[in-house]
Amino acid sequence: MTATLEPPVRGSRLRDRAIRVAEAATTPLLPADYLDLFAPLRSGADLRGRIVEIHPETRDAATILIRPGADWAGHVPGQFLRIGIDVDGVRQWRAYSLTHGPRRDGLISITVKAVPDGVVSNHLVHHARPGTLVHLEQAQGEFVLQGDADRLLFVTAGSGITPVIGMLRNLFPSTDEGVLRLERSAGLDVVVVHVAPSRPDSIFIRDLEALAAAGAIRLIARYDDEHGVLDVDDLASIVPDLAGRRTLACGPAGLLDALAAHHERAGLDLVVEQFRTTRVEAGEGGTVTFADGRTLEADGASPILDVAEEGGVLMPSGCRMGICMGCVIPMTDGAVRDLRNGEVTTAIPGETGAVKVQTCINAAAGPCTFDH
Amino acid sequence: MTTIQTRAKTGQDNPIAHLSEADIEAIGAELDRIRQSVLDTRGEADAAYIRRVIATQRYLELGSRAVLLGSALPPLWVLGTLGLGVSKILENMEIGHNILHGQWDWMRDPKIHSTTWEWDNATPAAQWKHSHNELHHTYTNVLGKDNDLGYGIMRVDEEQPWHPFFLAQPLWNFVNACFFEYGIAAYDLELGKNLKTPKDKRSAEFKANARKVVAKIRRQATKDYAVHPLVALPFGAFLPTLAANFTANVIRNVWSHSVIMCGHFPEGVETFEKASIEGETRGEWYLRQMLGSANISGSKAMHILTGNLSHQIEHHLFPDLPSNRYAEVAPQVKALFAKYDLNYHDASLPKQVYSAWHKVVRLSLPNGWLATTTAKNLPQQLGLLHKMMTGSRRERRLIEKRLARAASLLEAKARSTDAAPEAA
Repeated sequence: MTATLEPPVRGSRLRDRAIRVAEAATTPLLPADYLDLFAPLRSGADLRGRIVEIHPETRDAATILIRPGADWAGHVPGQFLRIGIDVDGVRQWRAYSLTHGPRRDGLISITVKAVPDGVVSNHLVHHARPGTLVHLEQAQGEFVLQGDADRLLFVTAGSGITPVIGMLRNLFPSTDEGVLRLERSAGLDVVVVHVAPSRPDSIFIRDLEALAAAGAIRLIARYDDEHGVLDVDDLASIVPDLAGRRTLACGPAGLLDALAAHHERAGLDLVVEQFRTTRVEAGEGGTVTFADGRTLEADGASPILDVAEEGGVLMPSGCRMGICMGCVIPMTDGAVRDLRNGEVTTAIPGETGAVKVQTCINAAAGPCTFDH
Repeated sequence: MTTIQTRAKTGQDNPIAHLSEADIEAIGAELDRIRQSVLDTRGEADAAYIRRVIATQRYLELGSRAVLLGSALPPLWVLGTLGLGVSKILENMEIGHNILHGQWDWMRDPKIHSTTWEWDNATPAAQWKHSHNELHHTYTNVLGKDNDLGYGIMRVDEEQPWHPFFLAQPLWNFVNACFFEYGIAAYDLELGKNLKTPKDKRSAEFKANARKVVAKIRRQATKDYAVHPLVALPFGAFLPTLAANFTANVIRNVWSHSVIMCGHFPEGVETFEKASIEGETRGEWYLRQMLGSANISGSKAMHILTGNLSHQIEHHLFPDLPSNRYAEVAPQVKALFAKYDLNYHDASLPKQVYSAWHKVVRLSLPNGWLATTTAKNLPQQLGLLHKMMTGSRRERRLIEKRLARAASLLEAKARSTDAAPEAA
């Protein structure tokens, strides 16, 4: 045992020593800071990717093809990806579903629909350029195929189709000769109920129609302008064998809530993925919650620093006039307003990540939570 | 307001006597507007700028260190040393100083953020941020509050009583310039005050901070004086590399010391008293920054190498705006100075350095001594100085009064001859 273990230990010791010497040579920076100049996608670097191609899907949607860094651990169709990109110089993080299953060329892609006022989605669809370096996290998400579950019902609405398209493309690859019927998906029986405001507003509708035409899936498209808004109670009549299928749903919160209630009443299982549509609405004042669970009421005119200190929270502070950055702490959720110019900063969990804010010149703009 | 008000009493000019409270608030509002105009247009180009500067500095450092491997050859030694010196200057001034100010926090890049950045300097970033951002920028040029003003060991204002001890201050100032990074670390630690305190009574905070400084200095010294010379050893360049690193550090130290002296120390820059800043409004704070800072004029390269502290006035008004934008707001700020008839201190680097050193020398001597000394009366003046150094405190005060009287007489005379042609 010892004999087999020793060589790698000695090797790793040597490596550790080499790393320590490299660190001593580059302090206060790290060797990685210099290596990043030459090879930002190398193994061992923070996970990044480079945009290879941007392919327009519709007027306001595009598929972004990305070469991920060497440490990309791969993904399963249906999973999503957190991506950080600089928009107007500001790092913004968003979550998007991966459009494809694993590809031979090692590229990954996300399909993005530009939403009104969507800072990142508009940037990706209309302004981003190939060659841009983006920051990535490993794929996440429970909304994946479970192998041999052979009777599936997908209920998708709006851009909630993207994770589903990822799964379907992997199951039924589309080629110049038409849709391939692979052995691994031969036994699948897939119904897709797709809800959208209208046909032209529906991204991937051509893909869905092609899959339906090839007999790979049964497509039930429901357009609000044509069929009226979908009532989930009608689902049993639209899909008569509903009870015999595993339902996977993705879309806005309202639809998912209604579907969850419906399936619970009917005693059916439901797998959902809430494709983010929640937005932080900035208000005047709010509550401030700290890591120890303490929650304080804060009005819209008082700096969070003052509110916290009056409430007995030990806060870092400095100049108290917005110049020294001595009071910066991370906000994990919520919105604050800069008392000097009214600018609102928001943090959305799972999307922006923690945002560092100056507490001495920001007031609560709604409920906000600090990791402090 | 300050020493300025004391001056009004002694008949000297008060540079803000002509401003009403409403004027001061209007200045504040106008400066807020200028600040907002930059915030509104801050974006991709600015982010690209700082990333470009950081990349340039890192390539320059790598290149210079590579050249120094061959530093057994004198031309390569000179080239590598200069390159490394410039790299260290860039790293401290345009990059480190400004990132630690939070000028780039808005990019939300965790690698370029005031809370995560560490710099190539003896003092740890966290301690420097406290003494610099909090104390120096909040209490700019307030005697006894702003350690940047003479670093607690120099006589920086006529109001400070003279003591023979100060005669050596030009020498200290020079030594401080050469080893400036350690000087900064020492005054971030308030080392003087703490060393006077008995060992067992020093605060736990001081002890913890001192340990951090020692650890930082050890890491810095290991890099410059052990690792890189050892890497150069196979090329026969151990000692040349060590000497090059030492020289580059001194180049960086003298440069940053000069830039910082130019920012607040040239003749005519105002200092303030503690009592004067109580209950200060935003407008009054702005005004103190305007009167307490001086700019350096020069080329674009010079501005970048000073970390844009050549725009010291703009930096002090807007310490959190990206440094690359100071040049663009400077004309607006200058126009505001002109509109309210205030003195916008602006001169070339050699002029400002000379002026600052002149002040250091002048204040190392008793008030009025330098002004009343000519080549002719030098022996008598030196006699006076000798008496002041060796005599009793009472004698010293008497001579001080005599000198001050003589100096103000001289000044009055100079003024009347200046005015004479106009009267005629």
